[in-house]
Formats: sequence, structure tokens, C-alpha cells
Amino acid sequence: MEMLDVFLAVGILITVSILMTMYRVFRGPTTLDRLMATSVIGTKVVVLLVVIGYLFERPIFVDIPLTYAMLNFVGTLIVAKYIERGELWKPYT
Amino acid sequence: MEALHVVSALLMFSGVFFMIAGALGIIRFPDFYTRLHAAGKCDTLGEVLIILGFIVYEGFSFLSVKLLFLSFFILLANPVGTHALIRAAYLTGVKMWKKEESQ
Repeated sequence: MEMLDVFLAVGILITVSILMTMYRVFRGPTTLDRLMATSVIGTKVVVLLVVIGYLFERPIFVDIPLTYAMLNFVGTLIVAKYIERGELWKPYT
Repeated sequence: MEALHVVSALLMFSGVFFMIAGALGIIRFPDFYTRLHAAGKCDTLGEVLIILGFIVYEGFSFLSVKLLFLSFFILLANPVGTHALIRAAYLTGVKMWKKEESQ
């Protein structure tokens, strides 16, 4: 079993876990459930991009996951802050 | 396969196990707070383990320092995002799960 097969298996299993998380995006009871599942998918995609970079033997693509992780973190934090202040809408009160 | 490749493959598969366990918890748990518990712990541990496996596979180079920065950033940023989400949910009044409601 070569190392590329290990990378391929890890990529496929990460994709399976992303598809399992998509269930909570489609049918979350609250808006915060969907936001949480989207954030989790974003951090899974970061690792998936590293795996794809090693799988296609161009591991210099690590710069793109770094930027994507920072953008995902800032987006989640800002949307959570707006919902907490109640400036967008009043969801559950 | 060399010994270091076996060690990195073991780290990657344990990380994948934690990620799939976290996804199962996100599907199966009954409440927003418990779902966020599964998401925060399992996903942070799984991603850091997978990137640690890549660091072991790569050896000591410029690329492994970049991967180390990426895993350190995920280790810092993921619990902060989880804390912000759970604070927003508590302040806007998402209901907690009780045992009598399920019967």
C-alpha cells in the first residue's frame, strides 16, 4: 500500500464526512444549526485542500488553505456577532 | 513503506476516525448545544491530527513549517468560533433539550 493510496482513502473519507454534515445544513431546525454546519464544512474543506495538494503532487498549494481558514473563521465570527446583538432579526425570542 | 510513513498513516487514519465521529454526532444529537459540543471537539482534534500526519510525512522543511502554522491557527480559531456561536445561541434564547420532551 503506497502513500498515495493512503492520501486517496483519507480524501474519500473526508468527503463522506462532509456529505454527512450536509444533512444538518439542509434540515437544521434553527438558523444557528445551519451556520454551525457550514463552519464545520469550511474547516473540513481546509484539510481536504491539503490532501488534494499532496495527492496531485503539488504540495505548494498549502497557501490556499491558510487563506481559506482565515476567511472562514472571520465569516463565522461576524455572523455570530450580528445574530447575538439582534441587529439582523430577532430569531427565537 | 518506511517507518515514518506508517506513523503518518496511523495519525491520518485516527484523525479521519475523529472527523467521522464528529459528523455522526452532528447528525444524531438532539440539541443545538450538544451538536456544537460534538462539532467543536471532534473536528478540531481530527483536523490537527491529519495535518500532524502530513508534517511527519514531509519531514523538516519550509512546507512543514507552513503546515504547522495552519494547524496552530485551526487549534486557536475553531474553539473561538464555537464559543461565539454558543454565546449567540444562549443570548437569543435557543431552547435546551430536556428528557421529558422526547417522550
